Amino acid sequence: MANAALEHGAVEHGLPGVYEAPLFGAYSKKVGMWLFLASDSLTFGALLFAFSYNRISTAGWPTPFGKDSIANATIMTACLLSSSLTMVLAVFASQRRDRAWTRNWLLATMVFGTAFIVLHGMEWSKLIGEGLTLPGFPKPAGQAGEFAAVSAAVPQFPATFFGLTAMHMLHVTIGVIYLGVVAFRKWFLPVLGVIWIVGYFLIPSDNVFHYGIHALGLGLLVSAVILFLKPKDYDAHDVEVAGLYWHFVDLVWMFIFPLVYLMSTRI
Amino acid sequence: MHDAAADEFTGHDSKKQYFWVWGWLLVLTAVEVVLAYRQVFQPVRMLEVLLILSIVKSALIIGYFMHLKFETALMRWMLVLSVTACFIIMYFFFFPDAGRILRLGVH
Repeated sequence: MANAALEHGAVEHGLPGVYEAPLFGAYSKKVGMWLFLASDSLTFGALLFAFSYNRISTAGWPTPFGKDSIANATIMTACLLSSSLTMVLAVFASQRRDRAWTRNWLLATMVFGTAFIVLHGMEWSKLIGEGLTLPGFPKPAGQAGEFAAVSAAVPQFPATFFGLTAMHMLHVTIGVIYLGVVAFRKWFLPVLGVIWIVGYFLIPSDNVFHYGIHALGLGLLVSAVILFLKPKDYDAHDVEVAGLYWHFVDLVWMFIFPLVYLMSTRI
Repeated sequence: MHDAAADEFTGHDSKKQYFWVWGWLLVLTAVEVVLAYRQVFQPVRMLEVLLILSIVKSALIIGYFMHLKFETALMRWMLVLSVTACFIIMYFFFFPDAGRILRLGVH
């Protein structure tokens, strides 16, 4: 590895044959991603601390997650763990220069990630329908559900729950778009555009995701700028760096799942 | 352009070990769900147990899936120590205060 890294990250000093080894023995893209992930872990750390702080300091903390919610969250966890495995297989395929299987494994990872987002969206919609909501959310039709009183009495719960899980869901969404760009490059843009537009018209206006789906529009814009300003054929290093990001969103969920869901189980 | 990443991965690991890691992660998740659902421990002890299991799972993900186990010692220690130190500092700032608010009954 050291030789490979030298070849990639060495700095020429103007003298023939004189090079300086990179500090971390890895290529710069990978070090950059690790530094970003270290800083992003503090963002999630702060949100998890906010959730835990409020949980400890607030009497009457609700336990809204029944059997269905726990089963749903367990399937979501399995989806993310399996997506990490398919991501590793994509990295292996990219190193063999097997473009077809790199694309296939990346697509499998995206499918697991999308399944996670859909399941999470359904969980959110169910909780919002039962009255667990924030002031900025659209009001669901019908009578107030069983959690309407919870939202009024312990607003810290919906605030920290939705804040933390929304940030994670946004990261998973960005991850799926990132993998789509690496796997399919410009061909991914029209697919993303169609999902954005169709999703906007299919999701009812009283559902929070009617507005949340505009994150895809923003992702489309950023992806298009990147792909048109710096078009390139993504290699094994790009796949590995994308994999680091993807494993990170899996890693964060390993803390959200027990702290938020399992510690608020309603038996 | 050569295969630096290929050298890194294929030099010391096989696909098989990643399937094992994935299997262990699923097993640990199942253990967490069973412990929580059967309410095996009191809440504080349950939190400790779940956090330990989460740290084990995250170590597997960081070490194997994110490949940090196979990076240079400097990179490993710099990343792990810096992030851990930040979390420890946050812990000592926030948690004693959360307990104090609960004891004072200020809501």
